[in-house]
Amino acid sequence: MSADVDIRPSAGRAFRAILWRDVFVTGKEFWVFLAQVALQPLFMLFVFAKVLNAGGYVTDDYAHLLLPGIVALTAFLTALQTVSFPLIMEFSFTREIEDRLLAPLPTYLVAVEKLTLAVVRALASAVVMFPVGALVLGSAPWHADGLILLVVSLILGSWVGAGIGLSLGTMVPPSKISVIFAVILTPLMFTGATQYPWKSLESMRWFQVVTAFNPLTYLSEVVRAAVVPDVPHIAPWICLLVLVVSGTLFTALGIRGFMRRALS
Amino acid sequence: MSAAVEVRDLVKRYPKRDVNAVDGLSFTVEPGEIFGLLGPNGAGKSTTIGVLTTRVRATSGDATVAGIDVVRDPVAARRLFAVVPQQSNLDRSLTPRQNLAFHAAYHGYPRAERNARAATLLDEFGLAEQADVKVDWYSGGMAQRLMIARAMMHEPQVLFLDEPTTGLDPQSRIFMWERVRDLRSRGVTVVLTTHDMDEAAEMCDRVGIVDHGKLLALDTPAGLTRGVAGQGVLDLSVTPAPGDDIDKLIAALTDVAGVSRGELLGNGSIRLYLATEPETLIGPAVTVLSARSATVTDVHMGSTTLEDVFIDLTGRALR
Repeated sequence: MSADVDIRPSAGRAFRAILWRDVFVTGKEFWVFLAQVALQPLFMLFVFAKVLNAGGYVTDDYAHLLLPGIVALTAFLTALQTVSFPLIMEFSFTREIEDRLLAPLPTYLVAVEKLTLAVVRALASAVVMFPVGALVLGSAPWHADGLILLVVSLILGSWVGAGIGLSLGTMVPPSKISVIFAVILTPLMFTGATQYPWKSLESMRWFQVVTAFNPLTYLSEVVRAAVVPDVPHIAPWICLLVLVVSGTLFTALGIRGFMRRALS
Repeated sequence: MSAAVEVRDLVKRYPKRDVNAVDGLSFTVEPGEIFGLLGPNGAGKSTTIGVLTTRVRATSGDATVAGIDVVRDPVAARRLFAVVPQQSNLDRSLTPRQNLAFHAAYHGYPRAERNARAATLLDEFGLAEQADVKVDWYSGGMAQRLMIARAMMHEPQVLFLDEPTTGLDPQSRIFMWERVRDLRSRGVTVVLTTHDMDEAAEMCDRVGIVDHGKLLALDTPAGLTRGVAGQGVLDLSVTPAPGDDIDKLIAALTDVAGVSRGELLGNGSIRLYLATEPETLIGPAVTVLSARSATVTDVHMGSTTLEDVFIDLTGRALR
């Protein structure tokens, strides 16, 4: 062993190297990443807020209500997909994760790294969505006082998305990818109060109850509370609390699943 | 100096299975040795390697690699061993050179040193020309070489190779074995699994034969072939006389002095395992067969091989 090499490389250094690998790969495929995360929400924004508005079906206010919801959706889904899709492949066909599982750090930290990367990528996608969304709409709502709440809620929300992604990524066999994602992802997207404020569902009580079980609802609500506080919303503290609880829950579930896949 | 690998009373039972995958296995690998772990599919080789490389949790027993308890301190153990799996697990998002560099980064090597080591190893493994292409373009042999180079990046003391030459062309196989011998000469202990008995006989200092999770034999290849199956074999292609049958011929041949036992091979010929040199028994065997009016069409002498030992110990049943 050569003299200038640390005899005991620290787990912290291994963690940073693994995170750097993922950031490096994201950077290498940045345009692919951007298309992956931004295209779908942009089309949604364009059709619902612009096209329907031009036809007179929705008002200008709706555009301002939709943008924060779409930002929440983008962050949430980016985090979820950053973890789940690659993990399913890395554990089965490509086995790419093995080299990292054999790095000198506790195995659960490899899962924590996946969550960390997911939050970073989700925040990047949210940062991109605001200006691009504003370009599509011609204007964007802005509320400077809500900035801290916005950042905190996006971090927590993408953590929840990443936790769900980790749970799915370690539970779903590769042969079931398309089925499970159709069955889980689509309902998750449309019951998450992204395209409508939760309080507006009073007249559809059953649907309001259904949406209350989706963590994304609370992210959408708190992002709207930060950006367009005039729209009636669930109290931010309730939203943050639900996000913290569900983030903890899904992280625990996901790490358990990860350990089961990593060690037999 | 402590053993490179030590396995004591190792047991692994997977959930919902009623037999142990590894069932009280014990063996020791000395530093600087090339050690072969042989066994039919499902014998427990991969599970044993899995425990030693911290990917499988042992049910009971002890396992150490380079003196570190892999069960109690897996993180420390990972610094000291490296694994080359049978199927490629290279990082397809990275180039070959980056595969090496990032591996060293995971192990805490500073940038300048990991780049220098990557360049040296790429050169040594004949990959310098194709170091910056896509990993997907690599052939099986190149991927295998790159994985060994990657394993060497963090200077392990023990290298685990899982069926390293399966599916390789003869050139790649020869190159692979030169590299493995070279590693031993640098003091790296090599533990490998293989189904290629000739290869194991030629390469390994010692061989352990495993089946049903238990160690059946452990010795040098020469020691195993000498001890278990006698001196040599005599293969006879015979057509029995009308009214006679081949089993009776085998029984008669087994009575010849110097024949330990006989069996019918898949190709219809008779194999005799001998306690003496094969040359001295051709005459007596042919005499017995002539006396029964059987026609001998071919005679082949051979010394026992590791494959004979392997079949002798683990049987002919398909797994």
